[in-house]
Amino acid sequence: MSCWDVIQAYGLRSIGFGERLLPRSDFTLCDQVVLIGSGMLWNVYFAMMALFFGFFLATGLAVAKASRSKTARKPAEWFIFVFRGSPLFIQFFFAYFFFLNLKGVNPFFDPFTAAWLGALLVLICNTAAYSGEIFYGALRSIPRGDVEAADAYGFTGWPRFRKIIWPTMLRLAWPAYTNEAIFLFHATTLVFFSGFPAWQQRGDALYYASYFADKTFNPFVPYPILAVYFILFTLIIIWLFGVMNRRLNKHLPAERRKPMKVRPNLIR
Amino acid sequence: MFSYCTDPDTLGTFRWFSCYLTTGVHMSFYWAFLKVLVLLAITAPVALAFGFGGAIAARSHVLPVSWLGKGYIAIVRGVPDIAFFLFFVIALDQGFEMLKHWVVCPDWTDPIRQGNDFLVCPQAKVPLGTAPEWVHQTYSFFIAVITFSIVFGAFAANVLFGAMRAVPHAQIETAEAYGMTRRQTFWRILVPQMWVYALPGLSNLWMVLIKATPLLFLLGVEDIVYWARELGGTKTPRFTDYPHPDWRMWYFLALLVFYLAFTRVSEIVLERLMQRLSHGQATTGGEAQRKAAA
Repeated sequence: MSCWDVIQAYGLRSIGFGERLLPRSDFTLCDQVVLIGSGMLWNVYFAMMALFFGFFLATGLAVAKASRSKTARKPAEWFIFVFRGSPLFIQFFFAYFFFLNLKGVNPFFDPFTAAWLGALLVLICNTAAYSGEIFYGALRSIPRGDVEAADAYGFTGWPRFRKIIWPTMLRLAWPAYTNEAIFLFHATTLVFFSGFPAWQQRGDALYYASYFADKTFNPFVPYPILAVYFILFTLIIIWLFGVMNRRLNKHLPAERRKPMKVRPNLIR
Repeated sequence: MFSYCTDPDTLGTFRWFSCYLTTGVHMSFYWAFLKVLVLLAITAPVALAFGFGGAIAARSHVLPVSWLGKGYIAIVRGVPDIAFFLFFVIALDQGFEMLKHWVVCPDWTDPIRQGNDFLVCPQAKVPLGTAPEWVHQTYSFFIAVITFSIVFGAFAANVLFGAMRAVPHAQIETAEAYGMTRRQTFWRILVPQMWVYALPGLSNLWMVLIKATPLLFLLGVEDIVYWARELGGTKTPRFTDYPHPDWRMWYFLALLVFYLAFTRVSEIVLERLMQRLSHGQATTGGEAQRKAAA
């Protein structure tokens, strides 16, 4: 098979299009690059969805944690503590078996045992907890002057939050939030190693990379390919968040704009 | 374990559980917790040593050495850590076998990599194919320790490299003014002062290390995740005296609570340690302590 045929056969294999059988012998470099790349679709899907939904949840959590009322603060604190204090790997396992039990109760929960929904929910809660803590820190370091100016202009309630507090919070939190996004993107590789089954061998990039490593007994080809993909996508994330960072800091005089320093976090 | 455990069917709920939770396999489960703690106890200092070496190499004035150090630090960025774990397990294993192969069977002429196979002579297998089970277990644990140390050493190198640069430059200049050599400046001035700058990063790393321990499961060690899956699965009366439905959820809940407690305790201890180390230091933490005392 030429490389073009391989792309047609396996380019979308991870989401169920193309050839059903994975290559079993005579693995070419092209096979590995295409199939691992196809698996990246899942990583991108998980990261994008989790970041999108997690963002709103995180904002809510940060506001709740910073609130004066105990009924709002305590649940948010516990949520953040539970998801930041335990390994994501265990969270995945627990969630999978939890959903498996629920499935026995009501068929409504059927899709939750599949990775696309169940693992996504865990990732959303997880990233919301981490970014909630980041946003909470930013909320507490909003310059007094900004809030006082908002009060002086007669901003109250929702407009005050929407126009003043929230944008400032985002601006302060953005560098840390960028790291969180990268970190989450890397964490998506855990999904198919933690209970959630890769149905019909539709897995993510690491799933295919370890498939090749197991079949060829040669880790020196698939893992570097995976690494290159991840470095590429990490650079894209940094670029996208950098654009947003410039937009958030647009109104500041040039010397107060802090250049973004990327310091990706480690395992979670 | 207890004398009344001979016939579990007759027991009440509480006694049944007291028997169930003390069966032999559960003891292996509890041993696995110890395994995790041992892994942490070995990995933390080894990784710190690796990190120290990496940071020194990165600071070196010899260009290739500095590249080596910086490259080591840089591998942790941009690539998911699990990929490293999965990679190193196979790579280290093959590396050991290959080295032993060269030493033990120098006359072996066949290539080691034949297509999809990795073939060394039978005497060079690590551990030997005839070795008892515990040797295999210990070996895979040993590989896991090295893998963890390499990966976390890179993280630690990153933290220590930053901490060495955070020590006020005036301190170094003063040391030079007193006529200390580079080596003396490093060991007598830089190293003692860098820890307070490194501690926040290192404590973060410790938390991360705790949370990375379940990945032992991926490295083929019979750890707590392995046992939780084994023990929690549905047990039918045919094979065991203690039949139960699928309890894996509860086992993982127990693991979740274990990790939460562990990280919480670590947090408190590290906070105390930071208080102690900040005492009398020219940092914001030390300043705050001085003000509070005054």
